[in-house]
Amino acid sequence: MGFFDKLKAGLEKTRKSFTEKIEQLVIGYATIEDELLDDLEAVLLSADVGVPTTTKLMTEIRSGIKSKQINSPDDLKPFLQEKINTMLLSKHYAEATQYAPPVVMLIVGVNGVGKTTTIGKLANYYHEAGKRVLIAAADTFRAAAIDQLEIWGQRTGSEIIKHAEGSDPAAVAFDAVQAAKARKVDIVIIDTAGRLHTKANLMEELKKINRVIAKEVPAAPHETLLILDATTGQNAINQAKLFGEAVALTGVVLTKLDGTAKGGVVIAINNELSLPVKWIGVGEGVNDLRPFDAAEFAAALFADK
Amino acid sequence: MVFESLADKLQQTFKKLRGKGKLSESDVAEALKEVRMALLEADVNFKVVKDLVAKIKERAIGQEVLESLTPAQHVIKIVNEELTNLMGGTQSRIAIASRPPTVIMLVGLQGAGKTTTAGKLAHLLKRQGKQPLMVAADVYRPAAIKQLEVLGEQLEIPVFTMGQDNPVNIAKKAVDQALMMARDIVIIDTAGRLHINEDLMNELKSIKQTVKPHEILLVVDAMTGQDAVNVAESFNNDLGLDGIILTKLDGDARGGAALSIKAVTGLPIKFAGMGEKLDALEAFHPDRMASRILGMGDVLSLIEKAESAISLEKAQEMQKKLRKEDFTLDDFLEQIEQVRKLGPLDQILGMLPGMGKLKGLQGLDIDNKEVKHIIAIIRSMTSKERRDPAVINGSRRKRIALGSGTRVQDVNRLLKQFGEAKKMMKRLKDMQKSGKKSNFKLPFMN
Repeated sequence: MGFFDKLKAGLEKTRKSFTEKIEQLVIGYATIEDELLDDLEAVLLSADVGVPTTTKLMTEIRSGIKSKQINSPDDLKPFLQEKINTMLLSKHYAEATQYAPPVVMLIVGVNGVGKTTTIGKLANYYHEAGKRVLIAAADTFRAAAIDQLEIWGQRTGSEIIKHAEGSDPAAVAFDAVQAAKARKVDIVIIDTAGRLHTKANLMEELKKINRVIAKEVPAAPHETLLILDATTGQNAINQAKLFGEAVALTGVVLTKLDGTAKGGVVIAINNELSLPVKWIGVGEGVNDLRPFDAAEFAAALFADK
Repeated sequence: MVFESLADKLQQTFKKLRGKGKLSESDVAEALKEVRMALLEADVNFKVVKDLVAKIKERAIGQEVLESLTPAQHVIKIVNEELTNLMGGTQSRIAIASRPPTVIMLVGLQGAGKTTTAGKLAHLLKRQGKQPLMVAADVYRPAAIKQLEVLGEQLEIPVFTMGQDNPVNIAKKAVDQALMMARDIVIIDTAGRLHINEDLMNELKSIKQTVKPHEILLVVDAMTGQDAVNVAESFNNDLGLDGIILTKLDGDARGGAALSIKAVTGLPIKFAGMGEKLDALEAFHPDRMASRILGMGDVLSLIEKAESAISLEKAQEMQKKLRKEDFTLDDFLEQIEQVRKLGPLDQILGMLPGMGKLKGLQGLDIDNKEVKHIIAIIRSMTSKERRDPAVINGSRRKRIALGSGTRVQDVNRLLKQFGEAKKMMKRLKDMQKSGKKSNFKLPFMN
């Protein structure tokens, strides 16, 4: 199965709750009525698009009706698709690998979003692209996090730098960056412990990691990726804001987008934060993490059966 | 925070109506629009929101609102009551089997926090005098077994493992083992799975048939969005759940998912994960959850915290002193320390209604360092100086600054602040004397 098919399959549920609902809605009405618009709003909200972004889309639809761009219920879906397309496509971003090696990537996020698994998949992606990858096991807090990462290191042929459980994560990051320079590694990926964005002391710990690696490699970390669980609701916006205040985020990785997730939060994140979604995870396989392609995503979201 | 609290929004909505005297149906509709938005922003499922808003509307329109002196407060009260009703009563208990061992099975999506919760639950039951055995039946996630083993070591609770064997087999052997070891509780940690993954759901069904757990608990991340309802429904349909454990509630998620799950499945939420430490699994309070979803702060938790940290006698003594106007720097110091016992200041402020909004303002960072400085300065004073700050002259100021590691300006500022505080207290007292009652009230309190 190609990635597009996988993405389509992964978004099957989203499509069902989203596109198909819109289609069914449209069939049920001969003319555009307030009730139809209310139902449409409900479809957006139930896909985790969130209140502000839904309000924005609904306003655009209403003005589309006024300006006669939308004349019948049949016009609603293409209109909405175009608006969401523009929302997703309006942001453009650079690849991390354009920097001189070692490129340092810092991975952050709340507990249980899939940081360690994502790192395994990222390492695999870059390894297959012919890069030499080093992973820093700086999640020294969660029980067996280091073991979990080591297994991923073996699977993907990546080197790993680790300290004992409970040691200073900044020290692990420092060692990793130094080792990367000495061993001429292309990419360093730093795992961090999951932390709730409301814990000030843990946010300080992230800042410290940042400071320490910036001292070793100027401009590092080149990428600071926030991992978000696609099943998360509107709290995702809070997470992005508060993590962003602690460390300068360069993008988002959306995980667990397969099957269950609504994925509407992608649209919300694009609209409410000027933070690009860079990677998405659509399955448990090692190859199921890919760079996010807005056009592909929008196409899969609105794809016909 | 990002969201304005519903209470604030409703106040604003009703401000426009001031002077009108009467509330029409359309006025109520306006307020309910805000209620709807607040609930949706809190991730309450939109179907649940629809039903709730209809119910609230029924109650709000007509007499009840018209009779109320402050319509905003009244609407919030109704909303709060309806939410509390929907959340149901507390039921933070594990049904213990008449013939041990009691078998508890934890299920849920990936990353919900099952393994950590297994450790926390085992710890909680151990403290209640039980003898739990934890079972590592997550054979898929790398190092999941190791994670449970490490937790077992930390908690001094045995962990049953059989490597990457078949989870059904592991569960069966574990229960046999528990009987032999005379452990009275068995907690089975299963692998995270999507509720639409048939193979893995069938695996859970087989475990259920084989070991017949007394409790099957669904572990749910408090930050889950609209999909929470579908997840809970399909796990419940497939397995017949006995309850929910809500995790990561120590963050700032409004936790609307909890309400949705309760409303749709009727399952009790038994426990809530409130922190990273292994003792951070607490009883779930439905009424507090209602306030939290509405963004009204956790007044009850604050009151409880204050009660446990500040002794009643000391508070009364302080009040007497305030009244008698002999409030000294010693008392000031004591007061600061009492408040500090409650926890970090920003956390306390977050619990107060209306403060959610204030927190969003830049610059209102409560600086714990500054509080430490104040304490150091007062502690560097002699007892005479603390009783009568008027005696503190230039050379004393220099000595105090040196002793506390601060600057003379800091000492000056503190003395000035203290003087102003005293003045304010006097004014407050005079106001009370002249018979003016303070009309400070918490919103929606009866």
